[in-house]
Amino acid sequence: MSVLILAEHDGQHLNPSVNHAVTAAQSWGLPVHLLVAGNDTAEVAKTAAQLAGVARVIRADAAHLEHPLAEDLANIVAALGRDYRVILAAHGAFGRNVLPRAAALLDVAMVSDAVEIVSDNTYVRPIYAGSVYATVQNGDAIQVVTVRSSRFRAVGLGGNAEITTVEAPAAFGKSRWLSRTHQHSDRPALGSARIVVSGGRSLGSAEKFDALLTPLAEKLDAALGATRAAVDAGYAPNDIQVGQTGVVVAPDLYIAVGVSGAVQHTYGMKDSKIVVAINQDPDAPIFQVADYGLVADLFDAVPKLTAAIH
Amino acid sequence: MNEGFTMKILVAVKRVVDYNIQVRIKPDGSDVDIAGVKMSINPFDENAVEEALRLKERGIAKEIVAVSLGTPASQDVLRHALAMGVDRALLVETDGELQPLGVAKLLKALVEREQPDIVLLGKQAIDDDAGQTGQMLAALLGVGQGTFISGLSVEGDEAIVTREIDGGTEQIAVRLPAVLTADLRLNDPRFVKLPNLMMAKKKPIETLSAAELSTDTAPRLKLVKVSEPPARKPGIKVNSVQELVAKLQEEGMLS
Repeated sequence: MSVLILAEHDGQHLNPSVNHAVTAAQSWGLPVHLLVAGNDTAEVAKTAAQLAGVARVIRADAAHLEHPLAEDLANIVAALGRDYRVILAAHGAFGRNVLPRAAALLDVAMVSDAVEIVSDNTYVRPIYAGSVYATVQNGDAIQVVTVRSSRFRAVGLGGNAEITTVEAPAAFGKSRWLSRTHQHSDRPALGSARIVVSGGRSLGSAEKFDALLTPLAEKLDAALGATRAAVDAGYAPNDIQVGQTGVVVAPDLYIAVGVSGAVQHTYGMKDSKIVVAINQDPDAPIFQVADYGLVADLFDAVPKLTAAIH
Repeated sequence: MNEGFTMKILVAVKRVVDYNIQVRIKPDGSDVDIAGVKMSINPFDENAVEEALRLKERGIAKEIVAVSLGTPASQDVLRHALAMGVDRALLVETDGELQPLGVAKLLKALVEREQPDIVLLGKQAIDDDAGQTGQMLAALLGVGQGTFISGLSVEGDEAIVTREIDGGTEQIAVRLPAVLTADLRLNDPRFVKLPNLMMAKKKPIETLSAAELSTDTAPRLKLVKVSEPPARKPGIKVNSVQELVAKLQEEGMLS
């Protein structure tokens, strides 16, 4: 028996979350296989085969997998999955879309967003926006799980896995991919950035959000993030929302500007290595998770900070 | 497949601990203690109800049925959905523990009974944060899925959805019948007016027992214990930007 990882990629590159998923997959002490499904995946599969700790890369190539849909991916995973002890993916929008569908096809339960793998069927996962940790035991024969990337280190290169191919099932045919909109391509990706500069509602407007935070983010080569309150107020687009309903990040440095620190937000950032909070309210809950707190007027402190960084 | 004005929508709503409540852990660590706390409709499910109502107001849907699963206490979230404007409410009664796969199986049985063109649910519930039920239901029904949606239109026999994905959005077309799961960005749910809530209290709620739907809902996951998440080490307050920059340099963060 082995562990199967559903690998996210964009046709050219593996998503960095896959490196973390491999570490999580090694918890079982079983061979780790990586499924790369797409159209013309030869290059991606080659890279995947070099990941340390991967025993086999399984390619599933088909024209209809150019922009893979959940229905088709779940069918491949379910077809392969009966021979596996564990089916695993990173807990991003990609894995969250596909794995529950595959689990239901296999008539097994799924554990979402595991932050720790305690034993071969027991996991720790956050519930109630991360304000509580639950330890759950999955009684099913096939363990289906998504893992929080930031809790598992990224494996490096040095592997030399065999590459095999499987025939993809026929297209499900009830869904069509139309288009994709990528934003902020000039900034590091939020999910994997080393530094994140994040803004809350105290910034007051979309113009001020941009004027205050973008120069700081540029100086630090950081990704921009936002709270749900800032997104709802229209200061920032939804895809940079950090928190329970948005992206979970764990950068080396997280700078929270004008962020109050609701649990729904801290859910998405409290695994960051260093947290800096700048807020005018000394009682803001964000200071409870901050390593360095500065009580100050944002519109005075942030430009000074930007100017002080070389 | 129903066309245009005859389209039927099933919306699943879950009763959860209110968004603003900080839950406590039982002293023995066996579970969270939610006795007596304020309960509400799961916020994402409220977005699902709102979207169904908008499809009806745009002349696309004819009938909206809200369903909840659980004890009779779940009637309150169905009343909330009725007050928002859904046409019918259905409670599948059970006092057993329900997990996503079991919920998906019960909903599948209901879909076979009600034959909706669209099933709308929230993308996740804010209590267990699993985010699985919609995808599982779509799999069991053998239909397409549009998850984490922030935009929806219906064209011919397809739902055209905008999905929130990492780093942007994606547009896909899903042939009906289909299962769609709502992100918070899909809409702003309407405010429920008191007279509507009073009227909703008088409306009937059809009740079925989970056993009648004869499906296997036995829990697969066992809760071993709950605990406080690890606390971050206490931080310090700095007094100036200069001090902050010095600390970050010490940490090697600015190199």
